[in-house]
Amino acid sequence: MFLKRNILMLILGLYLSVIQAFSQSEKVRVIRFEDLRKEINHVTDTTLVVHFWATWCKPCVEELPNYEKLSQEYAKKRIRFLMVSMDFPKDIKDKVEPFIAKNSINSEVVLLDEPDYNAWIDEIDKDWSGTIPATLMVNLTMRKRIFFEGQAKMDKFLEELKEMTPVAGEN
Amino acid sequence: MKKIYILSSMGVILMGLAVIFAFTNSADKGYAIGDVVNDFKLKSTSGGVTSMAENKSAKGYIIVFTCNHCPFSKAYESRIMALDKKYASLGYPVLAINPNDPAAYEEDTFENMQAVAKSKGYTFEYLQDETQSVARAFGAARTPSAYVVKREGDKFIMQYIGGIDDNSQDANGVTKRYIEDAVNNLLSGKPVVVNLTKSVGCAIKWKGV
Repeated sequence: MFLKRNILMLILGLYLSVIQAFSQSEKVRVIRFEDLRKEINHVTDTTLVVHFWATWCKPCVEELPNYEKLSQEYAKKRIRFLMVSMDFPKDIKDKVEPFIAKNSINSEVVLLDEPDYNAWIDEIDKDWSGTIPATLMVNLTMRKRIFFEGQAKMDKFLEELKEMTPVAGEN
Repeated sequence: MKKIYILSSMGVILMGLAVIFAFTNSADKGYAIGDVVNDFKLKSTSGGVTSMAENKSAKGYIIVFTCNHCPFSKAYESRIMALDKKYASLGYPVLAINPNDPAAYEEDTFENMQAVAKSKGYTFEYLQDETQSVARAFGAARTPSAYVVKREGDKFIMQYIGGIDDNSQDANGVTKRYIEDAVNNLLSGKPVVVNLTKSVGCAIKWKGV
C-alpha cells in the first residue's frame, strides 16, 4: 500500500515536471533572422511591433513592462507585439525564462540566435546603430514602417501606435 | 559706449558658444573614417594616466570601449586579450576604455576595473573614461565598441569603426575577424577594406541622463 502510494506520487511528480518543461519551452522560441524576416515581410492586416530587448540590458528591462501592458491593450486592435530577446541561447533557462515568469510577461517572446549582427542590422533599419532597446513597427497592408532605437518616449510611441492601428472594419 | 561694446562682444561670445553646443549635440555620431582623433588622458588601472601620444613605438591603436558588467564584453574579454598579444608587438596595442557610470553599474567602479585587470592579467591599459567625454567624441554607444586608429606624424587617424568579429557568442564560430583584418590591412600598407560594421552590445549608461 505504502509502495503503491509512493509510485503514484512519483508518477504525478514526473507528469508535473513534463508539463512544466513543455510550458516553459513554449515561452521562448529560438529563431534565426530568416524566421524574423518572414514575420516582418508577412502581408497581413495586423500590425507587427518587433521589440528588441535583452535581460542584460538595463534600459530594456526598465521599460519592458510598458510594452507588455500595451501588448495586452492592443491585442484586440490587431496589433501584435513580438518581443525579440538578444540574450545568448545558453541563457534561456537561467535568465530569460525566469525573467519572463517573474515579470509576468504574457506577450510572445522569441530569442534571436543570429550573432553576426552586421549581416542583418541594416535590414531592420539603416539608421539602427545596434543599440537596444529598439523597436520596429510594420504593417505592409497599410504600407507603414516606423523604427526607433532607445527607450520609447511614451506619448510619442502611443501616437505612433494609433497611427499604426488598422482601421476598424477594414479586413 | 565701452559698456555697449563689452555687452555686444559678450553677445557674440554667447552666440559662438551656442553654435558650439549645437554642433556638439549634432555630432553624436562621433568620428568618421579618416577623421583626426583627439588625444586623451585617462586614468589607467596600471597606475597614472595614459594617452595615445605617450607610446612612441605605437603605429596606431586598437581602441575598445568595454566594461566589467556587460555579458557581451565578458564574451569578448579573452579575444581582446588575444588581440593585444598578437598586435602589440606589431605596433598596434589595445587600449581598453570603460566609459560606464559606476553609479549605475557597481561592477564598473575603478576598483573593480583594477581587480579584473589584475586577476585576468591584462597586458594592455584598461582606462576609465570618468567624464565620458572620450566615448562621446568617438560616438561610442555601447560596449564593446571597437576602433582602429593609425598614427600619421603626430596625429591619429580613424581607420575602422564597429564590431570585433562576426560572432559574439562563440569565438570558435567566428568567420570574419573585422579588427584583425583592419590591422592586417594597415600593416601591409593598404587601406582598410571593411572599415564600418554594426554590432549589438550593452548601451553605455550616460551620467545625468
